[in-house]
Amino acid sequence: MSNVRKTDTDTGKGTDTGTGAASGSETAAAKPAGAPADAFLSVRDLRIHFDTDDGLVKSVDGVSFDLKAGQTLGVVGESGSGKSVTSLGIMGLHNSQRARISGQIWLDGEDLVEAGPDRVRELRGHKMAMIFQDPLSALHPYYSVGAQIVEAYRVHNAVDKKTAKKRAIEMLDRVGIPEPARRFHDYPHQFSGGMRQRAMIAMALVNNPELLIADEPTTALDVTVQAQILDLIRDLQKEFHSAVVIITHDLGVVAEIADELLVMYAGRCIERGPAEKVFYQPQHPYTWGLLGSMPRIDREQTDRLVPVKGTPPSLINVPSGCAFHPRCPYADVPKDNITRTERPELRLVTDGHHSACHMSPAERERIWTEEIAPKL
Amino acid sequence: MRAYPARTTRHRTAVAAYIIRRVFAAVLLLLVVSAVTFAIFFLVPRLGGQTIDSLAAQYVGKGADPDAIAAIKKNLGLDQPVYLQYWHFVKGIVVGAEYNFGPNPSVCHAPCFGYSFKTHVEVWPEILQRVPVTLSLAVGAAVIWVLSGVAIGVLSALKRGTILDRIAMAVALAGVSLPMFFTGLVSLALFGYHWTIWQNLEFVPFTENPGEWAWNLILPWCTLAFLYSALYARLTRAGMLETMGEDYIRTARAKGLRERQVVVKHGLRAALTPLVTIFGMDFALLLGGAVITETVFSFQGMGQYAITGVKSSDLPIVMGVTLVAAFFIVVCNLLVDLVYAAIDPRVRLS
Repeated sequence: MSNVRKTDTDTGKGTDTGTGAASGSETAAAKPAGAPADAFLSVRDLRIHFDTDDGLVKSVDGVSFDLKAGQTLGVVGESGSGKSVTSLGIMGLHNSQRARISGQIWLDGEDLVEAGPDRVRELRGHKMAMIFQDPLSALHPYYSVGAQIVEAYRVHNAVDKKTAKKRAIEMLDRVGIPEPARRFHDYPHQFSGGMRQRAMIAMALVNNPELLIADEPTTALDVTVQAQILDLIRDLQKEFHSAVVIITHDLGVVAEIADELLVMYAGRCIERGPAEKVFYQPQHPYTWGLLGSMPRIDREQTDRLVPVKGTPPSLINVPSGCAFHPRCPYADVPKDNITRTERPELRLVTDGHHSACHMSPAERERIWTEEIAPKL
Repeated sequence: MRAYPARTTRHRTAVAAYIIRRVFAAVLLLLVVSAVTFAIFFLVPRLGGQTIDSLAAQYVGKGADPDAIAAIKKNLGLDQPVYLQYWHFVKGIVVGAEYNFGPNPSVCHAPCFGYSFKTHVEVWPEILQRVPVTLSLAVGAAVIWVLSGVAIGVLSALKRGTILDRIAMAVALAGVSLPMFFTGLVSLALFGYHWTIWQNLEFVPFTENPGEWAWNLILPWCTLAFLYSALYARLTRAGMLETMGEDYIRTARAKGLRERQVVVKHGLRAALTPLVTIFGMDFALLLGGAVITETVFSFQGMGQYAITGVKSSDLPIVMGVTLVAAFFIVVCNLLVDLVYAAIDPRVRLS
């Protein structure tokens, strides 16, 4: 990318404490400080705020992560935790008049926050693509499924309709839609829920994007179909070697598909690390809560599910200190040299595993092994 | 982008069957309308106390002698039972009728809507003569109001909350609220008398001189369009605001489409669909006569004719105009349904 604008004046700032060696120097490969050399997507201190009549809504407030090509990042959190807003921000789909975006989004050596809207539009659907939660409302009801895929292909490729149609049918076939040449002419309402999501995936992947963002791709689908769609995404990822971000509130969805996990709460990342670490040795009480509220089919159902107490906080008046403290069962555990109003930063726990909690790692380890894990 | 269902043979058969069914239903509906209209104009006066004699007297004029009244009664069949009269009325429309006013019987060819009580002139040719006036008025105004209304509505929705939006919506509110006889007279006063751009407007048939035709119609078109344009601007704005918030608009943007394509191809396409229904109704009603516009600008259209009939209790005229207006509404409704099925694939033709 030749038209990269350098903006690394304040790269060291923010909540990110670095994934490894944080070299403050300017990187030649146009990547933020501390990003791995092979990171395809690097988000640094991303903040997305909205001006509303009620006040400034801090939907995303300082999120950082890296994602390598061919890897899958799972973003987990409750509704309103900022996971969708983050993904729409990466795609540049926020109304520029209403959303205030700061920080950096480096996609293959290009900062999307600094890039002009036209450049981001060119990348959209081409280098990065997105699929959405409800495929029925995400597909246009008045155009045939095939026509919508053809349109997506022809925006970025100067080809005639015939070639585009061939390509669209090929994609429909690839995502497992039977009789693709015939179904090409069908309208979204003539597809079943799973078929629609397959068609959405075909549309998103028609230009071989290197980054695929899936925003709750299985939430609106039957349980049996969910697994098929997840398998499909995983297969296609292997085939195209693309980076995938899966956003979900369902830990079960990402547990089997994600390489890395990022847990969001109140617009911030509160835990981040390799999936099996976050899943089997979670370091944050909120993640414990998420695990506890997840139904498990492999265990006998003796206890009731334990929901996370309380409701997600207002994003206008975010609780001071740790945003989770009003709901945290361990808020009163004594901590050294910490005042309540201090906000916990993401800290490295073990290799690549970060967590933002005031409790000491030893204390958390004790609570996890003694109190939480046995009940799960 | 292909916006229509795949043109399979099965689909074509379905459309043909649908049209036949709807045309059949339309004919039935018109029959019902004619019966109701007939009842209103011929039965209700008698229930209200009018005798057959007084009805017949309207044909002869004031101070008619009983012999003349009796003759008319017999000629027009007013002495027959009502159902027979209705039968003759319908028969007249389908195959024509014969009337005997003076020394020679006169033939009223199908479709025969009878004779004016007052002038003894056949109603149907009079209507035919006025249809081009009303049609010209309606078509021209419709083109203007749809184009301007939709354009203003879209701009207003996209620039929501800006000065432009506020001004447009204020003008639209004025347009919706101001009655035709006010805007029409004001425009005449300004452009006809003050600036004398359009003086002595008269209808020139399109076939005679298209330039004159258009020039004379500009003022009525614009005043009529102002009223509707305002309404359509508001409807389009509301529709656009709704559709631009839909998920599929986000998908269109996520594909990397240019904003213009997103707005026109994805937003407007969906926002305009409900307007088709409203347009069909508005246009059909206008075809039945733009009564006030025609009166303000002294155009001899269907509306004017209806007014003439109503003023002089000339029942056949009122009947004729009513039935023709009903015919237009039924036809336009049929067209709306067909267009709807073509533009919204979720509507099934069954």
